[in-house]
Amino acid sequence: MSFNPAILTDNWREILDGMLLTILIWVVGTALGLVIGLVVAIVQLFTNRWFAAPLTFYVALMRGTPFLIQLFVIYYGGPFFGLDLTPLVAGVAGLALYGGAYFSEIFRAGFLSVPVGQIEAARMMGISRLAIVRHVQLPQMLVIILPALANMTVLLSKETAVLSVITVNELTSVIQSIGSTTFAFAETLLFLALVYWAFLEIVTAAARRLEKRVGRFMLRTQG
Amino acid sequence: MFNTAIIVKSLPMLLEASVWTVVYSLTSVAIGFCIGTLMCAAGLSQSRPMRALAAFYVSFFRGVPLLVQLLISYYCLPLIGVNVPSSVAAVGTLALCTGAYIAEILRGGFLGIPAGLIEAARMVGLNRVQILTRIEVPMAVRFTLPSLVNETTMMVKASSLISVVGVLELTRLAQNIATSTFQPLEIYLTAGAIYFLINGAITLAGDFAESRFRVEKAR
Repeated sequence: MSFNPAILTDNWREILDGMLLTILIWVVGTALGLVIGLVVAIVQLFTNRWFAAPLTFYVALMRGTPFLIQLFVIYYGGPFFGLDLTPLVAGVAGLALYGGAYFSEIFRAGFLSVPVGQIEAARMMGISRLAIVRHVQLPQMLVIILPALANMTVLLSKETAVLSVITVNELTSVIQSIGSTTFAFAETLLFLALVYWAFLEIVTAAARRLEKRVGRFMLRTQG
Repeated sequence: MFNTAIIVKSLPMLLEASVWTVVYSLTSVAIGFCIGTLMCAAGLSQSRPMRALAAFYVSFFRGVPLLVQLLISYYCLPLIGVNVPSSVAAVGTLALCTGAYIAEILRGGFLGIPAGLIEAARMVGLNRVQILTRIEVPMAVRFTLPSLVNETTMMVKASSLISVVGVLELTRLAQNIATSTFQPLEIYLTAGAIYFLINGAITLAGDFAESRFRVEKAR
């Protein structure tokens, strides 16, 4: 078996584009997912069950079915509802909906972690429900749920690879097509694994640092 | 028009394929559990090389997307002269991947076992392997049962990715039917519902096992 790394340097432009697209998908998908998760958690906790029940079902569905099947439903099933999405849009939407379900559970746990007494006290003082969420609950719970949010964000970066199956031109897809045209599977795929691995290690380390920093702030305010 | 006839027609085939999904995912969890136990023991051992090996294993298999791992095993194993059926390679990869997660899960369980218990076991003359299989693993499993059940449902979902390397299971068959009938929405929703039910059954079984094997937290 010959090993020819030149295949990677020859195609550096496409590979770089693939990497950038992967990061873009990850950032946009995660950001939208966080918004979805927060909205779902708020609706579940603060409105009546007619609004909450469908969302509980949505969360259970997204958590109980494979991400790949969800992408297929959105991308191939979309036209049924008149949604002719490009692979990229379908993929980012899928990632956001999938991540949103997990994020909503994290936010829910966060809202419940703030002591009821504080909310009662704020209500007694005539602060509106939304203001309580913004000024009392969110600042405290974000610190508590930060590790869980970071964890899920890191997990989502790995899920972006699945988008290659619905022909999104992200890193995995680019590398695979280089591999199948040059038959240099070992070089391309091992490189691919190394890139993801390094990326994950960096992101995880950054998340730990952030947690530590925020944790330090917690200790200071408590002491 | 939502075509219910196509669902009724393809349901028997999809259910048959879902048996493979269950077989592949449960097999890989079973193998992954053995790998995970060994790697967890290695990670907690006194030997520095063993700890380094465990750390490397867990970091790699958790740090690389499963799809990429599957592609490597599918394309690169033949290059080094390993010619196994794609289903075997895929299950092996799933097992290695879940093993890394199970090692991390069990770690918490192992650390929760009181040191006195291990010392007592050593006193009555159990050897290292006996202590592992008869004392540590059963206790660690009881401590971490909810996480292990969750990991099993994750693997049922993750097994859908082996369709990409050409292994016939629920997702692959759904793809085949969807492309030949041009009714992707109906077929994929049905496949999704089957996955949902499989995971629901596993969660129920997990709840049952939890209530059956409930342990008081060790003091």
